[in-house]
Amino acid sequence: MRTTSAFSWGRDRTARSGARVSRAARAGALCACAAALLTAGWSAFAPIRFDSREALFEIPRGTFARRMAGEPLPILPDEIHLTLELQDVLLLRNLDEVPQIFGPTLMMPGQSFRLPFRQAASYQFACTAHASGQMTISVDAHPETPWARLSWRARALGRWIRSRLPS
Amino acid sequence: MRAPVPAGLGLALALGVGASALAPSRARAEPPELFAGVFDPPREAPAFSLGGSDGQPISLERFRGKIVVLAFGFTSCPDVCPTTLATLAGARRALGPAAADVQVVYVTVDPQRDDAKRMREYLVAFDPAFLGATGSAEDLAKVREAYGVAAERVARAKTYAFSHSSFTYLVDRTGKLRALMPYGHAANDYAHDLRILLGS
Repeated sequence: MRTTSAFSWGRDRTARSGARVSRAARAGALCACAAALLTAGWSAFAPIRFDSREALFEIPRGTFARRMAGEPLPILPDEIHLTLELQDVLLLRNLDEVPQIFGPTLMMPGQSFRLPFRQAASYQFACTAHASGQMTISVDAHPETPWARLSWRARALGRWIRSRLPS
Repeated sequence: MRAPVPAGLGLALALGVGASALAPSRARAEPPELFAGVFDPPREAPAFSLGGSDGQPISLERFRGKIVVLAFGFTSCPDVCPTTLATLAGARRALGPAAADVQVVYVTVDPQRDDAKRMREYLVAFDPAFLGATGSAEDLAKVREAYGVAAERVARAKTYAFSHSSFTYLVDRTGKLRALMPYGHAANDYAHDLRILLGS
């Protein structure tokens, strides 16, 4: 005759509960892996597109006056990332009432400057709008292969996250 | 078994958010017309009057009706200036007879060493049609300011050099500052843009 003690019954329940947790964790892990694979696959194979080839940066009206009043106003990021054939034109626009050194050039009020890039490289420009006195434009090659697209998206995501972290 | 879940989910979420944020929907736009950076609207190129390497005063007025390519640098420059000037010489060769309507003016940032004679001797090695422009430090500083050109004297062992902007400025036949060509473009790129400006 088989007898079950309270101790062994409790041990069985713990074992069954542990098995359920283990199965749930395994299923969760599988789902996460599948989701990661699907996302990675999409990132690798979906074409990258932009609304425009132009990356637009504007000096808003009143920038000079606000700077003269002591307000620290960043106009351009220290580094701008472009990608050939996708977004490879830097478009600078001075909407202020005074001439501005904007990136690599002196721009009159209301004037814009459109600079296309055709070679992947890192371009350094003197820029008085930056504390460092220098601005970098990094131009990436067009991501042709799935791995290049995946890598491109991962880098862009990394930059996006870094830009939102407190400095 | 616990570690892969948050790691996998995190990766999936991160890639998903990033990918969806970075995948807008419209197709590629048309490529830009000029290789150079273009001003819109173009403004009048800042006027100046400097001493020329040919012994004549150099001003934009003197070359009205031609395309003027303005380059800034110094004759002791070890890399950027020789490359730019060789490229410009190649562009003029590529243009053939049309090169007669393209005037390269090389404005020094180093008046202490670059007098008219030295500039003439330096430039003729690239293209006898190139002209140098020099003047007082104050006059040259004003020209640089008007064009947004940066030039900073840098001490070297027993001598000095300049860190300077490497753009070249394209002024059209009517004296409008139309475009800026970044350093590093090939002679054919210059020739391409100069043909467009010559025809416009």
